[in-house]
Amino acid sequence: MLRKLSTGFTNYFIDSYFLVSLLGVGFMNNIIQGKAFVLGDNIDTDQIIPAEHLVYSLTDEEESKKYGHFALSGVPTAQAGLPDGGISFIEDENYQSQFKIIIAGSNFGCGSSREHAPFALQKSGVKAVVAESYARIFYRNSVDGGFIVPIESTGKLNNKIKTGDQLKINLDNNTLKNLSDGTEYQLKPLGDVLPIIESGGLFEYARKSGMLE
Amino acid sequence: MGMTITEKILAKSAGRRSVTPGENIWLNVDVLMTHDVCGPPTIGIWKKEFGDKAKIWDKNKLVIFPDHYIFTANKHANRNVEILRSFAKEYQVENYYDVGTERYKGVCHVALAEEGYNLPGTVLFGTDSHTCTSGAFGMFSTGVGNTDAAFILGTGKIWEKVPESMKFIFHGRLPNYLTAKDLILQILGDISTDGATYRAMEFDGEAVYDLSMNERMTLTNMAIEAGGMSGIIAADKVTENYVKERTDEPYEIFTSDEDAKYHSKYEYNVEDIEPLVAKPHSPDNRDKVRNVAGTKLTKCYIGSCTGGKITDFKFAAPLLLGNTVKVPTFIVPASTEVAKELEIETYKGISLREIFEKAGCIIAQSSCAACLGGPDDTIGRAVDKDVVISTTNRNFPGRMGSKKSEVYLASPLTVAASAVNGFITDPREFL
Ligand code: SF4
Repeated sequence: MLRKLSTGFTNYFIDSYFLVSLLGVGFMNNIIQGKAFVLGDNIDTDQIIPAEHLVYSLTDEEESKKYGHFALSGVPTAQAGLPDGGISFIEDENYQSQFKIIIAGSNFGCGSSREHAPFALQKSGVKAVVAESYARIFYRNSVDGGFIVPIESTGKLNNKIKTGDQLKINLDNNTLKNLSDGTEYQLKPLGDVLPIIESGGLFEYARKSGMLE
Repeated sequence: MGMTITEKILAKSAGRRSVTPGENIWLNVDVLMTHDVCGPPTIGIWKKEFGDKAKIWDKNKLVIFPDHYIFTANKHANRNVEILRSFAKEYQVENYYDVGTERYKGVCHVALAEEGYNLPGTVLFGTDSHTCTSGAFGMFSTGVGNTDAAFILGTGKIWEKVPESMKFIFHGRLPNYLTAKDLILQILGDISTDGATYRAMEFDGEAVYDLSMNERMTLTNMAIEAGGMSGIIAADKVTENYVKERTDEPYEIFTSDEDAKYHSKYEYNVEDIEPLVAKPHSPDNRDKVRNVAGTKLTKCYIGSCTGGKITDFKFAAPLLLGNTVKVPTFIVPASTEVAKELEIETYKGISLREIFEKAGCIIAQSSCAACLGGPDDTIGRAVDKDVVISTTNRNFPGRMGSKKSEVYLASPLTVAASAVNGFITDPREFL
């Protein structure tokens, strides 16, 4: 099943592939636009999707909507939707949010390894998270599962952008424009993981690169 | 230039002479572990991606422990265990430890050690963030999500970025009022919850090598609370004795070179450390127990992969002997082996189990239980505005159940002392 991965030249292979696909055609949409939902630092995966909800199926189309419905339901009310707080991410019985971009501080996605967290955000309609920094497992899960695009900001943005602001992210030049007040911010490039994000996840990437049949 | 223990193990796994922090490499995985929360979605992705050709890369290297949502009436949770059961049957996975059978083990990280899957020099991945626990055995271990796990399940391989290493050296002799939990809380307060993100945390020093394997596992277990990719302690005689009692599998001992390069180094004298807590709502919100002493509690909890090992109960028992707990106090042995040991181990001629029962504690069945909240009927779950002191590893908002609850993390000594008084208490008062 696994091709071309004899240990001898594994590393040569992967390094050169990382390089090749950086030059390759992008499959993802390089413009992400939508309303911001602003959060604080250390948003852990229990806040993104509380443990009691981890029992639902991720494959059953109907049942998996529950993940969208409960996304971010663990965030303490006062901190949900900064600067004011108290803003519902999901209204009533919906499973999709009006907010498409999460803006957060440092260490987003810390805590448990549950892939249900980026999955829940994707189900709720979130396209990208822009945070100062990420916990490793959440970041990997977002990329390898192809759920959302995790982007690092340069400096703090969650005290500059307000919940409800209209944002436009351009991944070609790594900028974020706040259409509500005209300000523009530089984002960090996606780097090593770009080819995986462009492919839509680890499996697609592995197939595209000929590692998997 | 020299290499750290982590770099050496990763190089071996990648089939290379050396690796440098920051490079992306493909690793050959020695063991993949999963459980009832992440196992079913992992299997789902594996089936979908590999289709008809889906094949487990090496059955002997896959280990499955149902442990999270076990003793509950929740039908979705039970369905997850059912999925694991039929998967294990269909693919003849021998290393499946089914609930309701003699083989049932309990919390995966403790079970991995007890069942002899932790081997120095090897590489272990698990669908659980506390997989870093196994690093106590001088091996590389880390947590991954379902997609990565599904990839490993089908190929035995995974890409990783070689981490930089941080070194934490503990000098001196551990005083009787401290446990490994206090040491890791000390580090967390110093470097914060993202102080080790993407890095390996290496523990060293005579105070660390004086610790039992169980206590060493408490240190490596909470590496993830600092964002660490892994925690590691080089294997020594203590490690070898533990391993040899449980398996005949070969292993290889690696140590860091003198001239290995570190991101940073921290040195402590353990005699300068006092009993510590992490206050709500973050594991790095460290304070001295004496600064929060007197805080009224509604629940006490001794359990989990961090604080539910036999050593934790041996710390707690002398403080509870002859006393009655003032608030509901839960004793949750991490594994069925620990549960049996509660009956065998004695203090002053009385079994630990009897000491806890006589003190009025509630002894639960082995599993993750309320460590992660879980379904409504989970034993020990925090409800409403509970104020809990716990030997577990996380006190994020709502982690143990109710979003309104407040959780203090502490050593088993501190939790036992607090259970006797009904408010947070410095264990030195009892020692
Ligand atoms: S005991 Fe707690 S931390 Fe450990 S594996 Fe279970 S839920 Fe996770």
